[in-house]
Amino acid sequence: MPSTAGSTTPTGTTGRPELRDRVRRFSIVERTVHQTTVLLMLLCVTTAACLYFAPLSQLIGRRHLLATIHVWSGIALPLPSLLGLFSAAFRADLRRLNRFAPYDRQWLSAALRRRTAPEARPAGKFNAGQKLYAGSLAGAVLVMLFTGLLMWCVGLLPFISRTSAIFVHDLVAWAIAIALIAHLRKALADPEALLAMRTGHVSRTWAERHHKHWLP
Amino acid sequence: MSGGTPKRASEGAPVGRRALLGVLGAGAAGLAAAPYLQHGWERFLGAASQADPTGLTGLLPNPGGFRYYSVVGSVPRKDATTYRLRLDGLVRTPRTYTLDALRALPQTRIVHDVLCTDGWRVKQTPFTGVRLADLLDAAGVRPSGAAVRFTCFDGAYSESLTLEQARRSDVLVALTMQDKPLTHEHGGPVRLYVAPMYFYKSAKWLSGISVTDKVVPGYWEERGYAVDGWLDDADRHDRAA
Repeated sequence: MPSTAGSTTPTGTTGRPELRDRVRRFSIVERTVHQTTVLLMLLCVTTAACLYFAPLSQLIGRRHLLATIHVWSGIALPLPSLLGLFSAAFRADLRRLNRFAPYDRQWLSAALRRRTAPEARPAGKFNAGQKLYAGSLAGAVLVMLFTGLLMWCVGLLPFISRTSAIFVHDLVAWAIAIALIAHLRKALADPEALLAMRTGHVSRTWAERHHKHWLP
Repeated sequence: MSGGTPKRASEGAPVGRRALLGVLGAGAAGLAAAPYLQHGWERFLGAASQADPTGLTGLLPNPGGFRYYSVVGSVPRKDATTYRLRLDGLVRTPRTYTLDALRALPQTRIVHDVLCTDGWRVKQTPFTGVRLADLLDAAGVRPSGAAVRFTCFDGAYSESLTLEQARRSDVLVALTMQDKPLTHEHGGPVRLYVAPMYFYKSAKWLSGISVTDKVVPGYWEERGYAVDGWLDDADRHDRAA
């Protein structure tokens, strides 16, 4: 699978064999799901900002166009993940994200005590933070979808007022924004994790260091 | 499907699912608690945007309680020298008003809550201007006139009222808001103000009033909004429609 071999002959240098020893982390389907979700989320967030923040509204205007893009990118947001369910690799990773192993609790308590050493933070293919992020973000997207539909189709559920739906939509939007910024910061802080999402592969040393319960 | 699925991973507690359901539950609780919490949240945003130590407050969604909506990319600015209001259609004497001409007419002041369909509200906001009924009377509506169409110098927005609605005493061609001349952001120099209806009916940047023989749906009304934008019972404080 890895096509980056090229110099498989032992060079005898002291450097770690990162280029030679690649491990596959994400399939093409999983990466496509992630990339399309990123694209839809970006559309959703930027149009939301233009609709919500006064200076951007005054700068951009075009309220109907922005609202239309916002609504449809929001409705489409779960679709990549739903289509991803056709892939066995994607389903397997969803199962991994769902289940907490004993070492995940250890990871969480280390994170709460701000211990950053990888030895203190054992993890499977996904660490406890990634598991909590995935689950709660999925929930948040569904809440946004539900409250958004309530705002869009006025009178869909008459016992929930439009103002209530907007109130929850606004608050959860702030929560999602904070979560996305944290996600982005984590990703940017670890070039190898970025590489995993871009190319699908990581080095074995990285995997063993940050996800020691992942590889058999 | 088949082999390769991580059997070991299915051992632990389903924390991911619990996180998802927990957020769904929090969302449902938020919807249930919203009527009680929402005013606090709006007060927080309003207070934060009115106390202005940094200028960052302009970033918040509703400076001064209002939010800026425009359906076009940019709106030309008009002042006393460039502004004109054209009143025509099914009237005996079509008229064109300058800003000074409007200012010279008898003014009416109305204090009412401003309510947007997007949920924000600005309490007890004074508007001053000329009663639309006075302008219609001055022009002389022909018997065939049944409705009024409003157009705006942003080039896109439009609104409508029935003639009966337009003749109400709480419908103004407004020149001031909060006792100050209407700013460009708030639809100045002249906007429509329909006190008993949601704020989308109060077209900003008003430049044309045309009497028609039937209601011509406005911009948002062609996009699903109610043509009759009466405030809901819960949102209405004074006289009935």
